[in-house]
Amino acid sequence: MSVTIEKPDTSAAAPETARSARSLVDAVFRAREISIAGALALLVLFTWIAEPRFLDGQGIKDLLLNAAILVLLAVGQSVVVITRNIDLSVGSVVGLSAFACGNFVSGTDHGALTVLALGLLVGAGCGIVSGALVSFGRVPALVVTLGMLYIIQGVDYWWAQGEQINAADVPQSVLDLGSGSVLGLPYLPLIAFVVLAGTAYVLRTYRGGRELYAIGSSPEAARLAGVPIRRRVLAAYLFSGAVSGFAGALWLARFGTVVADNAHGWELTVVSAVVVGGVAIVGGTGTVWGAALGALLLTTIGSALAVLKVDSFWQDAIAGALLLAAISVDRIVRVRMTRALRKRSAR
Amino acid sequence: MFPSSPARRRAAATAAAACALAVALAGCGGTTKKDNDNSGAARSDAKADPGAPLKKGLKLAFLPKQINNPYEKLIDEAGITAAGEFGGKGKEVGPSDASASSQVSYINTLVQQRQDAILIAANDPNAVCGPLKQAMKKDIKVVAYDSDTAPACRQLFINQAGSEEIGRSQVQHLAKQLDYKGQIAILSATQNATNQNTWIRFMKDELSKPAYKNMKLVKTVYGDDDDQKSFQETQGLLKAYPKLKGIIAPTTVGIAAAARYISGSSYQGKVVLNGLGTPNQMRKYVKDGTVEQFALWDPKKLGYLGSYAAAALASGQITGAEGEKFKAGKLGEYTVGKDGEVILGLPTVFDKSNIDKYHF
Repeated sequence: MSVTIEKPDTSAAAPETARSARSLVDAVFRAREISIAGALALLVLFTWIAEPRFLDGQGIKDLLLNAAILVLLAVGQSVVVITRNIDLSVGSVVGLSAFACGNFVSGTDHGALTVLALGLLVGAGCGIVSGALVSFGRVPALVVTLGMLYIIQGVDYWWAQGEQINAADVPQSVLDLGSGSVLGLPYLPLIAFVVLAGTAYVLRTYRGGRELYAIGSSPEAARLAGVPIRRRVLAAYLFSGAVSGFAGALWLARFGTVVADNAHGWELTVVSAVVVGGVAIVGGTGTVWGAALGALLLTTIGSALAVLKVDSFWQDAIAGALLLAAISVDRIVRVRMTRALRKRSAR
Repeated sequence: MFPSSPARRRAAATAAAACALAVALAGCGGTTKKDNDNSGAARSDAKADPGAPLKKGLKLAFLPKQINNPYEKLIDEAGITAAGEFGGKGKEVGPSDASASSQVSYINTLVQQRQDAILIAANDPNAVCGPLKQAMKKDIKVVAYDSDTAPACRQLFINQAGSEEIGRSQVQHLAKQLDYKGQIAILSATQNATNQNTWIRFMKDELSKPAYKNMKLVKTVYGDDDDQKSFQETQGLLKAYPKLKGIIAPTTVGIAAAARYISGSSYQGKVVLNGLGTPNQMRKYVKDGTVEQFALWDPKKLGYLGSYAAAALASGQITGAEGEKFKAGKLGEYTVGKDGEVILGLPTVFDKSNIDKYHF
């Protein structure tokens, strides 16, 4: 008798506990994103008061344009970092893709769409190699992607042989992609936003997306729960590579001049943006929205310092301080959340 | 060396960036730093014989900072072609990275191969000294170009242009465009690039003359020879100084980035951009009116002059002492200056009328 009474009780209570636990986790991380957005708003407000021209039409356009490529790369990187991995090859992939696209369109009149598709393919190719080595080769991601960074860079140097793609050789349609706009909104930020929103939706709603978080939280538990870890990790790298390659094509469109080592060293900026944006480097938590905000914050700091006439050397120092602050906050939040969750499940 | 900086980024990037890297790693601009114990150009006891003919079959080896540096590739190719003119044989070898010590093993190999002359763009003025001195002991002539070694480690340095001329001419050109009036700013590479800072010092000195009393240098910013950073610094300048009339960007990465930004912004036609850039890079912006003119020396002439100078050394026409003269093919006669420096000449100014004649 008592058994039958108890049964409905537990079955009703369990989902409720799960739901409230999830909403707690959500609330904590929404708070994380809100705090970055707040910092960003403060920065923009302060700069705007000091120099009202910071936010005129051209100013807003510049801010969005400056952030677009980094936002894209941060979205790709987040998906990998969420699975408790890392992709250090992104800078090289952008460089290779930008050069490949530049070389392809140089002196021709290929349209912007062809170039974007080519960039995507080049990036996806690089991503699939990294992904296969990490997931099937079971080699630590740090080492694999570091190796890929150098290999891709080597291929790029070997191919470029010191050649340079100049703006005069790039078709106008491609350059327009980098500087043009629709309804007053520049293309680059629009593209970045579409990729961002799409990725956020998939990560939050689809089973495959949720499984990436499961893998990052506890690979062992995910394996026991039947998550196809290798396939998911491979997909994450494929995505990161494809997005980086895509960003390379946009790089060509934005800067016009392309050489073998564009985006050299950007992998670290991207990882910083992701971590500042609340995607924990140990995996399992964070959203691409946060990562995108992190990227926007980092580039806006650069622009704001320039407008405020502060020597640019402070920029790196400030980015470094932000990074440390973000990691400390993550640690504190994690400890508190674990405690809160434990309390709830004990109840 | 080239208009650029240290910076770790964009090594092979544009010519500038590549040289930049090397300069950075070298921790100095070879052309400007002479304050080490290797001062005083290397001298041999041999007597110069100005009348000696150029020897046939001379073997010249070009050793650039790194092989995928587009700017130095142009120099080396021109040098190799020039060697063909006087019946010599040139070749280019070099490391794939521009780190301080990467050239050492290449020098040793070239010495073993018994080349007649080594032409080097040094990644570090001192790191390559030992092996170069060994080479000179074995009667292999050493000529530095683009980026100097310590003076004691080479017989000649082919300098593209004097730092003073570069700095002053940049201000003179911009002043003419602005009718000697208005606020100006400088977009440099990195804060500790020796060549950039030397040029900027001469720019400031030129600006202090009475002719420029209505011109004011309001700010020097550093784009680190990075596209994005140069974009942001240019944006910052234009926002922070609404009355800004002109920008000098003495770095090829910086000037191309600034031109690209201005060409797609509301500032096009409102601010004058001048500086050092390559014609290929700037062609589009000169044609669409974003940039009226910019300057650079011709790297091909630099390679050509280097080749002839090395041949003159190897043939005994000169020894590298001050005041000696030699003929450099179609470029005419050159005189060896103090510390074994040979200066190519003033930078060439490129504008709509002549840009299509140049392809580098």
